Amino acid sequence: MPAMLELKINGENRQFPDPLTVAGLIEQLGYAGKRIAVERNGEIVPKSQHAATPLVSGDQLEIVVAVGGG
Amino acid sequence: MHQLTIAGKAYRSRLLVGTGKYKDFAETRAAIDASGAEIVTVAVRRVNIGQDASQPSLLDAVPPSQFTILPNTAGCYTADDAVRTLRLARELLDGHPLCKLEVLGDPTNLFPNMPETLKAAETLVKEGFEVMVYCADDPIQCKMLEEIGCVAVMPLASLIGSGMGIVNPWNLRLIIDNAKVPIIVDAGVGTASDATIAMELGCDGVLMNTAIAHAKNPVLMASAMKKGIEAGREAFLAGRMARKYYSADPSSPTTGLIGS
Repeated sequence: MPAMLELKINGENRQFPDPLTVAGLIEQLGYAGKRIAVERNGEIVPKSQHAATPLVSGDQLEIVVAVGGG
Repeated sequence: MHQLTIAGKAYRSRLLVGTGKYKDFAETRAAIDASGAEIVTVAVRRVNIGQDASQPSLLDAVPPSQFTILPNTAGCYTADDAVRTLRLARELLDGHPLCKLEVLGDPTNLFPNMPETLKAAETLVKEGFEVMVYCADDPIQCKMLEEIGCVAVMPLASLIGSGMGIVNPWNLRLIIDNAKVPIIVDAGVGTASDATIAMELGCDGVLMNTAIAHAKNPVLMASAMKKGIEAGREAFLAGRMARKYYSADPSSPTTGLIGS
């Protein structure tokens, strides 16, 4: 059994095989190349840092898109 | 001529529109095109993890290469949530600093929480955001937001999504007469004449969503709003005649009548 990462993504608890970067997570979720933004533990992770940012168990992530609004 | 300038950028259109409540992205885009709007608001929301990520997105229909995208903080009830949302929005839009701040105070009437709005505005201006701010039609607090450094102040005309029109033109006049930044009516417009009234008062622009999206024919209403805004702006610049009370003034000559 590979070690599993316990992440909270958009309020939901999810497990992923360790190791994993922000870029790897986005890829697995199907959002690679999409216009999204990521916050990790309250701090923005800039796009330029996605591949260089490893995730650790307990990380809380917010992944957002633009939707219709006024 | 007579362009609207916000944060140093000039816009031909004084109508700003939202992208919510439309049937689909095609209708959203058709209505925006009919409105002539160049500034378009969007909301920022969590992606649905586990759902099909290949669905088309709003910014494919309304691309930042063609429109000035104005991300909002709709649904935020604290300064902290609003600031966090706009930091995400700036990342989402490649560092684009223009944003629409709104911090709500009550889920039923969606009136702004002004203490939290002022607090969030201070933080955002310090962080380099260009803040357009939804606020109460209070001349004192509108001035405070201008002094904090907001690039446009956007008092409500009536409740968000209500279509009640311009309920307090007197307050709007006080705000406009005191302002050094653009004053944009945000919320409450119901039909084209409401937009015209706002512009005749001297507002620099009008931001609306529901009045277009919930019209029976949104694309036709978008076109009507465009004309209403333009008519109101021209009437404001032309300067209306003085009102005369209790006596008429004939338009035709009073002399040279036959049989006299």
